Amino acid sequence: MSSEPVLDVQKLKTYFYLDQNLVAKAVDDVSFSVYPGETVAIVGESGSGKSITALSIMQLINKPGRIVEGSIRVREKNLLDLKEKQMTTIRGNHIGMIFQEPMTALNPVFTIGNQLTEMIRKHKKVSKEIARNKATELLRVVGIPRPDAIMKEYPHQLSGGMRQRVMIAMAISCEPELIIADEPTTALDVTIQAQILDLLKDMQKRYNLAVLLITHDLGVVYEYTDRVIVMYGGQIVEQAPTKKLLSLTKHPYTNGLLSSLPNMEEDVERLGTIKGTVPAAYNFPAGCRFSTRCPAVMEKCRQINPPLLQLDADHFVRCHLYEDGGDE
Amino acid sequence: MTMSTKQQDAQVGTRLTDEDILVEVRNIKKYFPIKGGVLQKTVGQLKAVDDVSFSIKKGETLGIVGESGSGKSTLGRVLIRLLEPTDGQLIFDNKDITTLRQRLIRPIREDMQMVFQDPFASLNSKMSVEQLIEEPLLVQGNLAKKDRKQKVLAVLQKVGLRKDDLQKYPHEFSGGQRQRISIARALVLNPKFVICDEPVSALDVSIQAQVLNLMKDLQEDLGLTYLFIAHDLSVVKHISDRVAVMYLGRFAEIAPKRSLYDNPLHPYTQALLSSIPVIDLSGEQARGKEKIKLSGDLPSPASPPSGCTFRTRCPKAHDRCTIDRPELIEIDEGHFVACHLYDRS
Repeated sequence: MSSEPVLDVQKLKTYFYLDQNLVAKAVDDVSFSVYPGETVAIVGESGSGKSITALSIMQLINKPGRIVEGSIRVREKNLLDLKEKQMTTIRGNHIGMIFQEPMTALNPVFTIGNQLTEMIRKHKKVSKEIARNKATELLRVVGIPRPDAIMKEYPHQLSGGMRQRVMIAMAISCEPELIIADEPTTALDVTIQAQILDLLKDMQKRYNLAVLLITHDLGVVYEYTDRVIVMYGGQIVEQAPTKKLLSLTKHPYTNGLLSSLPNMEEDVERLGTIKGTVPAAYNFPAGCRFSTRCPAVMEKCRQINPPLLQLDADHFVRCHLYEDGGDE
Repeated sequence: MTMSTKQQDAQVGTRLTDEDILVEVRNIKKYFPIKGGVLQKTVGQLKAVDDVSFSIKKGETLGIVGESGSGKSTLGRVLIRLLEPTDGQLIFDNKDITTLRQRLIRPIREDMQMVFQDPFASLNSKMSVEQLIEEPLLVQGNLAKKDRKQKVLAVLQKVGLRKDDLQKYPHEFSGGQRQRISIARALVLNPKFVICDEPVSALDVSIQAQVLNLMKDLQEDLGLTYLFIAHDLSVVKHISDRVAVMYLGRFAEIAPKRSLYDNPLHPYTQALLSSIPVIDLSGEQARGKEKIKLSGDLPSPASPPSGCTFRTRCPKAHDRCTIDRPELIEIDEGHFVACHLYDRS
């Protein structure tokens, strides 16, 4: 791990102004960095703010949403200072993005070859022929059989897994340093998911990419990532290297998530649950945002939202239980 | 249909007396015609479910896992006769319902209900919770208003909703709560058998756990029998007593869950199990198990491979697999597998 992060997000706040007095704090004071060659997961349930964090980095937030505060640095450039045209260069050249549903990201009326060559030519000044050759080569790299034939096909002619391979080819086409993958395998079957995640891992090694993986699946987190950020209610509640977070879990929310997973090894009669549901982003409880669902809630939790505490070199947790030097 | 299927059906049957069995499916097939050309003539058959046999005991949960296109949802819909079977026999509660007219099947449907995947699409947004839960009783049509109200209230409590939820509308609820409404709708007629088609796959993991726990509690309280269709192997394992693995319209393997998960025999089951990413901090699960990853996609069910339909992706395929279609054979007690590797004849 080099000391220079590829991506450095500081105090990011993305709010949605729903009504005059209704503000959804979808992302509320989030800071983290991603280093070259590293895979970082952001996990959380729907409504946790994980996808909005990813979209904020790409600056794909639409009205009524707005990034209200913070900085997003990619190689010393604060993306929030850039004009839309400069941002287009960043997307692609520096950051590649893979979405959950490739069908919405690919244009249905153009062939795969068309879209890939266009993408390459938009970011690199090369002739059509060179771009086409590169596109075919990329399809081969991402494991697409008969790349020459696939170049002439339309997105709907491909299976979900193949489309996601095309998305990966597009994301890496301009040699970015960072890939943001938002639930890239959620819509896929489990055997295909394994293929796509393995491919992503291969690409990462091959091009020394940093990967920010947005997911809800803790199994995927365990097998494919180095570090985890757990989000709840628009904030980071726990952050640590993957194995550490999953074995020395601190936050009651992370614990709840883990115990609600059906176990493949042992038979358990009842699953652990987290009572209630995720509060809406415009209606967070006072104090700690998890306080309404937390099994270890204290009086203090209902009044003061705890800061993100540093327990040791690389483990952070937002919980009053660990205040005063991190003793339990 | 070959001799061995029939024999094996007989074997499955002999172990249980008729009173124990609630659902019996014999060699069921569901083919969809593929139309083509200007005249829209039938040019082929899509074999969504192709010769499947099994039975479910009273109070038991049979899980069915498979990837998209495996035919698992079609199978569920054929069982409840939302789709007409092409061939085969359906026996429910000792009655042959295969060819029963739709009018006559209605009273039987009181006993078999279905819970669907998407609680956003399967509930009419213009109806209040009370209307939604009451609707099946109205369709059945033999209860006075007062009695209906009582039944609605009783089932509402069972699924963990509150009385003041009755006047609310579906959009006021989260996904998990909506799935509770769907379950209440299914249970208000006191069914014996509930087909659950991916009931938790649209839900977040903590909510999924709540709904799974609820379904288990309800099964115990009401003596329900479940057919639980899902793509998530860990969810199926949690809820089921026995599990069947489906691939391109056929059962690859069916076994008591312990036996299936500890000792998967079919190469497809083995690959499925090793494809799931799991948290394995102790290294227990990886030990002694080689990871089998499949290449390629599921072939189109409209033109399945000859012989064993899995052979195109099977790491252990051999000559015989292209010619003969393997039938289910019993390897261990109640553990059936359709694979030539285990056929010693």
